[in-house]
Amino acid sequence: MIDAGSLPRVLHGSEGRPLSLAQHEEVFNGATSFNVMHELENSGLTGRGGAAFPTFKKVDLLRLQRGNNKSVVVNAMEGEPAAHKEFALAAANPHLILEGAQVLAGLIGAKQILICVARDNPTVVNNLNRAIHELERRSLRGASIELHTPPWRYVAGEESALVHWLNDNESLPQYRPERPSILRVGRSPALVDNAETCANVALIARFGAEWFRKLGTEKSPGSTLVSLSGAVERSTVLEVSLGTPIRDILAAGHADMAPQALLLGGFGGTWLHGQHIDTPYANEYLSEFGAGVGAGVMAVLPREACGVYETLRIVRWMANESARQCGPCAFGLPALAEDLTSITHSSKDPRGAYERLQSRCDSIEGRGACRHPDGVIRLVRSALSVFADDIAQHIVGRPCSGTQRPKHTIAIPTLEHEDELIWE
Amino acid sequence: MGVVRKRSGSFVLKVNPILCDGFGHCHELAPELVDVDEWGYPIVATEPVSLSNSGLLQSARYAVRGCPRQALSIERSNDTVKPQ
Repeated sequence: MIDAGSLPRVLHGSEGRPLSLAQHEEVFNGATSFNVMHELENSGLTGRGGAAFPTFKKVDLLRLQRGNNKSVVVNAMEGEPAAHKEFALAAANPHLILEGAQVLAGLIGAKQILICVARDNPTVVNNLNRAIHELERRSLRGASIELHTPPWRYVAGEESALVHWLNDNESLPQYRPERPSILRVGRSPALVDNAETCANVALIARFGAEWFRKLGTEKSPGSTLVSLSGAVERSTVLEVSLGTPIRDILAAGHADMAPQALLLGGFGGTWLHGQHIDTPYANEYLSEFGAGVGAGVMAVLPREACGVYETLRIVRWMANESARQCGPCAFGLPALAEDLTSITHSSKDPRGAYERLQSRCDSIEGRGACRHPDGVIRLVRSALSVFADDIAQHIVGRPCSGTQRPKHTIAIPTLEHEDELIWE
Repeated sequence: MGVVRKRSGSFVLKVNPILCDGFGHCHELAPELVDVDEWGYPIVATEPVSLSNSGLLQSARYAVRGCPRQALSIERSNDTVKPQ
């Protein structure tokens, strides 16, 4: 049994190679005579994929649905390029993910567990594959486990796109007007949960809600994985208790302790000004600055970099990652990137571009089938407020030194067709 | 025909953005409810309209029937809205 107040929890025993099934049971042994549904409700676990939806509500909704072939879909797609938490989780103990998925399958009465990993992460695929085979050799009881490997795209990790892939081999998000919407694999309802959420469910099923609540705050209990990148000594994944001051997380990751800003949540997240780094890392404190924990990305922007330029790079990449199904996203995001370009390089009427950018943000928001455009707009708006002084300088034609000698701080995958980006 | 029914409740015009290709027919048929952005895609009013507002309901129906991609739908709810 792991001590309740100690970290790491889900990354326990990550020395060298992933834990085998026998090691996993040795490390995480403990009483399992809980009413798991009750414990899940008391634990207050929220989804770790970005939306922070209460897991209990989701499980309870799916439990009441009819269907004789329900499934649990484990989302380990790692859509965010700056996030590496599923990599770290699968490298530490893949059996924890599988166990959590089995617990969830038992709760909703699912017959199959579908684990989705991007095929571009071969290490994660191998680790999970090995764990699944190990588990199958042990016993054939419970839900069947399958590994699915969709190709990696930013939007392919969105839950409806994932289910669409499982049904029709197309990683495209779906239009879901009714709320709450229930996703279906085949004809039966499916519960889609992030891999880190599954690992936490496994811990709650083993040790109970009281143990789980020993870390974290009242409103967001437990621990979370933070992918730290940018101006750090070395990009790492840390497991931190929710509510830890951001300064402590930066210190633990050997990061720049006086950053200009932090990118929180992911590429569809928000910038947090460097003066707020004493804020506790939990949604209820970060929401004061419009930020959130999101998918656990924390990218550090050093003082010498240009925040506007980094935002432009992210927006340009995100525009290219649009699935191009909805007009406002397919045409709007390249237009936002174009406006940001002329602001960043003080060319082609930057003041007009600034006003156009704001009106375009208002007109695009909430008009896509998925939340992809909304995420980009959240990022752009937070950049406009956090880097307001910088942008004023850019507009009057004095771009900062970071633009003259571009040094790429945030790691973004290279665009495949950079010249084809603006397609009209 | 000829029967006037007092309707309670409200409706919202909804567009499926995936199906929508920006033909713009809905803006022509229901300009009170649908605005168009700079790329020709509809911006549909999100606040619910009372069902007793028969003029708006009729133009919403025209828009639904006139959409070449059948991307529009009328969503009814029982929440009453004060008619303008």
